[in-house]
Amino acid sequence: MKIIVAIKQVPVRDSVLQVDASGKWIRESELSFEVNEPDAYALEEALQLKERYGGEVIALCAGPARVSQAIREALAKGADRAIHVESDDLGAADSLGIARLLASAIRSEQPDLVLTGLQSDDLGYGQTGVIMAELLGFPHSTIIMQVEAAGSSVRVKRELENGWFQWMELPLPAVLTIQSGISKLRYATLMGIKKARTKEVKRLSAAELGGLAAPVLSVEKVYLPQKTKETQMLDGTPAEAAAALVEKLRFEARVL
Amino acid sequence: MSVLVVMEQYGGDWNRMSFEALSAGQQIAADMGARASAAVLGNGLSKLAGELRGADLEIVYTVEHPLLENYTADGYTAALEAVLKAKKPSLVLFPHTYQARDFAPKLATRFSQALVSDVIGHRVESGSLTLVRQYFQGKLNGDLRALGSGPHFASIQAGAYRSDRLARGQATVEAFTPELNAASIRNKPEPPFREAERAVDLTTADIIVSVGRGIKEKDNLPLVEELARTLNAELAASRPICDNGWLPMERQVGSSGQTVSPKLYIAVGISGAIQHLVGMKGARTIVAINKDENAPIFEVADYGIQGDLFEVVPALVKELKKIR
Ligand SMILES: Cc1cc2nc3c(=O)[nH]c(=O)nc-3n(C[C@H](O)[C@H](O)[C@H](O)COP(=O)(O)OP(=O)(O)OC[C@H]3O[C@@H](n4cnc5c(N)ncnc54)[C@H](O)[C@@H]3O)c2cc1C
Ligand SMILES: Nc1ncnc2c1ncn2[C@@H]1O[C@H](COP(=O)(O)O)[C@@H](O)[C@H]1O
Repeated sequence: MKIIVAIKQVPVRDSVLQVDASGKWIRESELSFEVNEPDAYALEEALQLKERYGGEVIALCAGPARVSQAIREALAKGADRAIHVESDDLGAADSLGIARLLASAIRSEQPDLVLTGLQSDDLGYGQTGVIMAELLGFPHSTIIMQVEAAGSSVRVKRELENGWFQWMELPLPAVLTIQSGISKLRYATLMGIKKARTKEVKRLSAAELGGLAAPVLSVEKVYLPQKTKETQMLDGTPAEAAAALVEKLRFEARVL
Repeated sequence: MSVLVVMEQYGGDWNRMSFEALSAGQQIAADMGARASAAVLGNGLSKLAGELRGADLEIVYTVEHPLLENYTADGYTAALEAVLKAKKPSLVLFPHTYQARDFAPKLATRFSQALVSDVIGHRVESGSLTLVRQYFQGKLNGDLRALGSGPHFASIQAGAYRSDRLARGQATVEAFTPELNAASIRNKPEPPFREAERAVDLTTADIIVSVGRGIKEKDNLPLVEELARTLNAELAASRPICDNGWLPMERQVGSSGQTVSPKLYIAVGISGAIQHLVGMKGARTIVAINKDENAPIFEVADYGIQGDLFEVVPALVKELKKIR
């Protein structure tokens, strides 16, 4: 099975976010980046499918030069090769624009399966995989917990709301968006890290893929949310704050 | 300007988030000087459509076909594509449910548009609509405008608009029969199921101490376990804690876990992503302990302590032991 995994690099969780001078996105220069969490699970699923059914795993990553770190990680964990779609201005690009670029990189590879994370931690569109499926003419299924290949189709377990699940069969080629936490992630081995250096990374410019399309959504500005709820913040040393909290819970909220 | 709200039903029951989207649709339409309509898809919808007759809507479209009996992305997209081409709404709204996530981006793509997902508010200024959505799991908001002539697409985040503000009125029910063929529906869904019954019922707990990724390691859990014991509380967690296997799945609170409404909920090292908030917002009193003053959890908390949980939790246990 030939599997492409879309991996995005996002600011590390717990980053302190500052709006940039344009007011339309954040200042990225001081941030550190990591692999988007669900994408690490998508890669893990791809590697496990390859172990079970054979084939090839290709990591696909769009972004500026910094994303080569994410690509190296994927190669070190066992991806066979990678495609880097080079673009400096993906920032808050809309989901259709990003998906178009990725889909045109995928098209010529003719994969059996495309895996994405179900959602990016930064933009949080939760859409890129579904849009790619439509652009590629593939069926898709979202929020996937488990994948079983069955010849020319896959049978997948979808998460539904409130503790419900559903199995679904779909013909290949297909796109699946993978839920976080569905398996145990592997670490890159020393051997893997060494081997990664010799693996192929194909670099494609956005222009070669038809360019980043004119946006269909315009981001007017981004900002820290205004607090609407009056939260009583309890200050002081941990001991003082704890004492104040117990006092409030007993005599104001009366829940103790 | 016209707004169409796509309502969600399963087996003849509404997904309640549909009414929040409907309320959003009414409010946006009113602000734009228009009226909203609604659409519901399925097979055998007369009872459900009847329930919308008393809402202030222009038309309720019942989009019925045997191939819409079970949800599929292909079936729903094809059916709605036909509705939109025939009725030409300028804005199409969905509740941001798992189902909408599964097909709304596909539908938008078919019209060369992008869905504005997870909308939490809107503004209308001189006839132009701005939608507000969250980035970074609620740490940042953004104002967006959809460009071009539309139709434009947006999904409404849980809890952002209130379904009890639905305007009453009168709606006409109109049937719409899309042309669908079985061969174009590629996914074969099987019936939904639940895993084994939950051994832990958090819904009846009076007090819940809930722990998130701020706890860093499984070995640190005794810290919050002691807090729970001192309070005679149930221990719960955010999803990553259960994903890691540090606590069993049945202790997960949120959209894919349990929905709880204790009289006291103490969130320790939990950021407050919307999927967590929907499971605990109904608690009577909410306490948040978090080192990040901008953590979205403080937006729902009654009492907050900004600080290191490894210092605050032991101090709290010590204080509580004084009164127990
Ligand atoms: C479809 C879908 C369904 C989901 N379902 C659920 C669900 O049911 N339940 C759920 O919980 N999530 C769910 N999620 C995941 C959700 O989006 C969040 O990723 C998750 O809730 C984050 O968990 P967290 O707050 O523990 O971790 P993080 O977001 O990593 O937050 C950790 C917090 O700890 C704080 N912290 C760190 N160190 C300290 C310290 N020393 N002292 C004090 N504070 C500290 C940080 O400031 C941060 O705010 C779902 C996501 C999706 C896409
Ligand atoms: N720039 C990118 N490069 C590679 N994959 C991406 C990129 N943007 C989004 N994706 C994939 O699409 C998924 C969903 O992203 P989003 O639609 O932004 O929530 C991510 O989890 C990734 O798998």
